[in-house]
Amino acid sequence: MLWLLFFLVTVIRAELCQPDAENAFKVRLSIRTALGDKAYVWDTNEEYLFRAMVAFSMRKVPNRETTEISHVLLCNVTQRVSFWFVVTDPSKNHTLPANEVQSAIRMNRNRINNVFFLNDQTLEFLKIPSTLAPPMDPSVPIWIIIFGVIFCIVIVATTLLILSGIRQRRRENKGSSEVDDIEDKLENMDTITNSTRCDSLDMKGGHINDVFMTEDERLTPL
Amino acid sequence: MPCPVCTGAPGRRCPAVRAARPHLRSRRLPGGGWPGGAPSPHPPRPPGAPEPRVKGGGGARAPTNRLWAMEKARAQWGNPLQFVFACISYAVGLGNVWRFPYLCQMYGGGSFLVPYLIMLIVEGMPLLYLELAVGQRMRQGSIGAWRTISPYLGGVGVASVVVSFFLAIYYNIINAWGFWYFFNSFQDPLPWSVCPLNGNRTGYDEECEKASSTQYFWYRKTLNISPSIQESGTVQWEPALCLVLAWTMVYLCILRGPETTGKVAYITALVPYGVLIIYLVRGLTLHGATNGLLYMFTPKVEQLANPRAWINAATQIFFSLGLGFGSLIAFASYNEPSNNCQKHTIVVSLINSATSIFASVVTFSIYGFKATFNYEDCLNKVILLLTNSFDLEDGFLTASNLEQVKGYLASTYPSKYSEVFPLLENCSLESELDTAVQGTGLAFIVYTEAIKNMEVSQLWSVLYFFMLLLLGMGSMLGNTAAILTPLTDSQVISSHLPKEAISGLLCLVNCAIGLLFTMEAGSYWFDIFNDYAATLSLLLIVLVEAIAVCYVYGLRRFGAELEAMTGRALNWYWKVMWAFVSPLLIVSLFLFYLADYILSGTLQYQAWDATQGRLVTKDYPAYAVVVIGLLVASSTMCIPLVALGTYVMRRLKKGSSVPVA
Repeated sequence: MLWLLFFLVTVIRAELCQPDAENAFKVRLSIRTALGDKAYVWDTNEEYLFRAMVAFSMRKVPNRETTEISHVLLCNVTQRVSFWFVVTDPSKNHTLPANEVQSAIRMNRNRINNVFFLNDQTLEFLKIPSTLAPPMDPSVPIWIIIFGVIFCIVIVATTLLILSGIRQRRRENKGSSEVDDIEDKLENMDTITNSTRCDSLDMKGGHINDVFMTEDERLTPL
Repeated sequence: MPCPVCTGAPGRRCPAVRAARPHLRSRRLPGGGWPGGAPSPHPPRPPGAPEPRVKGGGGARAPTNRLWAMEKARAQWGNPLQFVFACISYAVGLGNVWRFPYLCQMYGGGSFLVPYLIMLIVEGMPLLYLELAVGQRMRQGSIGAWRTISPYLGGVGVASVVVSFFLAIYYNIINAWGFWYFFNSFQDPLPWSVCPLNGNRTGYDEECEKASSTQYFWYRKTLNISPSIQESGTVQWEPALCLVLAWTMVYLCILRGPETTGKVAYITALVPYGVLIIYLVRGLTLHGATNGLLYMFTPKVEQLANPRAWINAATQIFFSLGLGFGSLIAFASYNEPSNNCQKHTIVVSLINSATSIFASVVTFSIYGFKATFNYEDCLNKVILLLTNSFDLEDGFLTASNLEQVKGYLASTYPSKYSEVFPLLENCSLESELDTAVQGTGLAFIVYTEAIKNMEVSQLWSVLYFFMLLLLGMGSMLGNTAAILTPLTDSQVISSHLPKEAISGLLCLVNCAIGLLFTMEAGSYWFDIFNDYAATLSLLLIVLVEAIAVCYVYGLRRFGAELEAMTGRALNWYWKVMWAFVSPLLIVSLFLFYLADYILSGTLQYQAWDATQGRLVTKDYPAYAVVVIGLLVASSTMCIPLVALGTYVMRRLKKGSSVPVA
């Protein structure tokens, strides 16, 4: 009689956990993908650990602090590795509502992942979307910093070049007024001494001998 | 008789007059003008005639002017190597990196090199030599040079300046985008490698999911593109800031003329090669690179019969060398008259083509890596889908037994398999390699996608965008030289404003107009300028240039002047090419383009559709077509208009100078 009752209870419990049952979630693990050679084998001990983690997550929910490991039922474990689980209430007759289980798992997703050395992609809860980590957002975007640095360098270099150009031009203007005086002196020298102009000798660097070029002004004007 | 204080040979500078002769390099008249640089008011002199003499040597000014005029003191390159590097950095630009590999892939891989090299020898080298020779001979910017050749042809120079102006406006936006990506490369992870999260942080942004993260970063974060050209949107401040920086940098480089440009040319010419070599080594060692290289270089000989292959080869050579903009004339005008520009022509054109081929080797190894990566990714997705649907053991399905297992599953679970089958993608390496992309898509989407999958991707990204920036800056320097040289040559402008102010004004105006390209629809306007501003006009300009030199100025006369200037006779090859072959080629290219534009009916463009996450084709609205027409007309019409204007002014002058009896 006792074992008939026991049998009935396990049947009822088994019916609580079924694929696509109410409040049941499918879990999928890709251990080989995540760990490669260091992959561990999924056995009943690992299942026990999983049930412990789910119970732990449920205990963090207000009003569910009395969840025990035996309240978490697993079924349909495949080779993949994938299985279904439900969480029952202390009376073991009803399953806890899906949204409670969902929020509990979401809160503790990181710890569950870490226990199994997996991440959100390799340990999937099929109807529980994971909260994605936002990308790091520094207060000042990095690109503006680098832009500012390079822009300042360019502005400084431009200003320096412009200033040196202005200074050079001022020097040249001063120099050219001196040059004009010297040239006027040379002009007068020319008309007096009938000499050839050194600078015209200089000009072609020796390629062409200007002494013999036809330039009437070089000779003494009559 | 030598000067009393002079000792030694005529070549020795006399100490007494040293003070009278400040350094030869850049002597300016007090007004800021360049002596000898202004276009000669007299008709062109026959060769061998002496320099024009200023009559009546009395007053203080006239002999001084004669002195300087005899020297023709014009700013010069520090050494001939600077000139070569400036030409190389101008010619080797973004087109070598992002257009040539595309053409190679489209028109037969290895066999595209045949029409390319033939066009280089028949069209590229002769026209390049023509421009360099004209610049070196006339020693003026494009406007002055063509006016010297014939007073009616000053319009050719004006058209060159107008086209260069359009190019300067839109080309620097590419540098701005390059800066944006460069600055964003200093982050971990790279911002284009991950999609941003959606509102409630349960998934990724929808547009990013439909497209890819690199496309999303380009279309949304960089351009913030609008769905069509009609919706202009507002100016985006991030690309606008980068544009201001780009123009400031250009200003810094062209500030002092050939002095600074020559030195910057060392960097912009040489460093990209360094980066390309590093990328070559990295690219060849990537997993899957050989797939891309094999795919690209297997010649498809039947493409040689395709006329488009030849036309595209001719076009690529033409635009790659930067003919017709006036930059080459401007660069060559700062040369010594005895410079051997024939040797430089061959060097520059060969280096340009070799760089194209080199860059395409790098590009295709990167393509191969990207295609292999995507192919394996696709396979992994299929494997995951099958593993999950049939609850197979994790790690059981691999790429090698995939087909076998698929067959087994199809036979064992037919109903379930038929459910899953439509979701299975057909992964093919060839279709991944076949996605041929060119232009900004290649540089900013495809390359970034490949880079994000490499190790230490920040380093590769920084290197890559640094190279793109140098290439772009090198071309911008040539461009602005083409606009500035005629402006600084002209006495009217340069007597009122110093060189720095003219450059600054030019950069400011271009920057202000360029802000239009930073609006939300700016990328569409960029495409308009890119496709239409330069293409037809340049063909016409170079055609008129070739005809002007050969038939208006006289090929024999030009050849004799070149010989007198450089000391080398003009080879018959160049004469034949200039007189017959190259003009014929250009005419046929021109006719082809016209026919293409007319036959294709309405002009269309690619617009980004955010809801679908891909490009869609749309028609240009009427005002855009008007703008296109204006772009082409404003440069080509300069030639006949200036000719007409000169003719009318001459008639008026002749009419007014008839002596009264």
